[in-house]
Amino acid sequence: MKTNRHLHLDRRQLLASAGGAIAITATPLKAFAAQEDLERARTDLFGNRVIQDGRVTLKLPPIAENGFSVPLDISVDSPMTPDDYVQRVAILSPRNPLPLIGVFHLSPHAGLARVSTRIRMSGTQEIEAVAEMNDGSLWAGRMETVVTLAACVVL
Amino acid sequence: MASIRLAVPDTARPDEVIEIKALIQHDMESGFRRGSRGEVIPRDIITRFECRYAGNTVFAADFQPAIAANPILTFYLRATVSGPIAFEWTDQNGNQWSDQASIEVT
Amino acid sequence: MIRVASVAVCLGLIGCQPGTNALAPAELPGSEIRSGYTFLTPDTQALQDDAFGNPGLLWVDRGADLFQSVAESETACAACHTDGLSGVAATYPKTDPQSGLLLNLEGRINQCRTEHQGLTPLAYESEALLALTAYIANQSHGQPSQVEITGPAVAAYEKGRDYFLTRRGQFNLSCQQCHTENWGKQLRGDTISQGHGNGFPAYRLEWQSLGSLQRRLRDCDTGVRAEPLPFGDETYIALELYLSARSQGLELESPAVRR
Repeated sequence: MKTNRHLHLDRRQLLASAGGAIAITATPLKAFAAQEDLERARTDLFGNRVIQDGRVTLKLPPIAENGFSVPLDISVDSPMTPDDYVQRVAILSPRNPLPLIGVFHLSPHAGLARVSTRIRMSGTQEIEAVAEMNDGSLWAGRMETVVTLAACVVL
Repeated sequence: MASIRLAVPDTARPDEVIEIKALIQHDMESGFRRGSRGEVIPRDIITRFECRYAGNTVFAADFQPAIAANPILTFYLRATVSGPIAFEWTDQNGNQWSDQASIEVT
Repeated sequence: MIRVASVAVCLGLIGCQPGTNALAPAELPGSEIRSGYTFLTPDTQALQDDAFGNPGLLWVDRGADLFQSVAESETACAACHTDGLSGVAATYPKTDPQSGLLLNLEGRINQCRTEHQGLTPLAYESEALLALTAYIANQSHGQPSQVEITGPAVAAYEKGRDYFLTRRGQFNLSCQQCHTENWGKQLRGDTISQGHGNGFPAYRLEWQSLGSLQRRLRDCDTGVRAEPLPFGDETYIALELYLSARSQGLELESPAVRR
């Protein structure tokens, strides 16, 4: 009896320390970002300035076969002259572990405010693109993509 | 040495807006994957891309881990003078890869 | 009496035609053969078709460089193969006449390296072997697979076919059950392909990299929760031969893009 109680205590201690260890390794890796992270990412980039909807067209496939590589196309309505051009476009995610996907820096020398690339998406979500103009105004466009899962998941 | 592919037109008219594509081989290890023993695979990504032409940085990008592996970029630039277009990728540790293409503006 | 009659009716329905083995596993009819490409979404098909942006081409580029010059050897591949290797990959796996071994493309490249170039063999999934395999397979792009399954290849063909038809793993599934009997149906969000392998080495989105057919076969086995065989195992090479023959002249597509 005495031996059993001793063993129980040991197992509880073992589980507590293992749980702690798991918690320590798990903390830096979040499976899904909280909504506040996305808002903080926006304010880090743009302060508290108002973001209006419009001028930015974000294109993603309606269904993405694999979240590891999803084609993304951003187009901003702008003449791209030295007086009126897009300074930068930030791509944001409400669901990825990190809310910021990337920032593209343009200039009047670009001639056209259009960028395409491929991004990773950790699940079905609405991606947001925020464009900052040379006059500091901010415009946003969004699009949702459904991310499907492969049949035989090896990972 | 990472494999690089560039798509740049050979010639352009003055002031013509041309399409540029740049693709580089890179795992873009996000830092969110785990190995077969559950160990975290550390982040190892390209963080910056720059395209320079006629003395200007025409286009640049800041990459986060959610940019897909073997990152590809399609962007545009206004052709003004004949000369080189320089492409440079920098990773989180400061390693750099670069390539160059020439354009003739007639 | 009635019971015997009903049994006889049942047997009659199963053994539909005289002279055929009613229990032989189904083969894909030639008219129904479809590449894995046809099971992709339009965006992924566009990526494969993109002569610039198909990520697999990054390996083909590197392979083209390696084919021209290998630093550690005096004999580059191009020194002997002056006319390139168009059409060669379409005939692999192939029996090596000297050793009698069935070699896939990787095995043949390594044999060339050790016997003609004074180099060490390359490991599966190494950058160099993937690059060379991608380059050589790409030289047969659009050409129908044409493997020899008679003569010395007979035993290997039978071995590969047997592996394809055998249930394995915790899920107790054979390749046949998904890829011949249930292709086109949904498995989670995925449509089951016919499993030809004509696009390999291929850029798999799940791998975020180019990989060999051997890697894919190991993933297939893991997918049904079976123990995968080691890279380069002769059973997998025999299976590669069977898959090639089973595809009935399907065109090679390497580097394909697959899920």
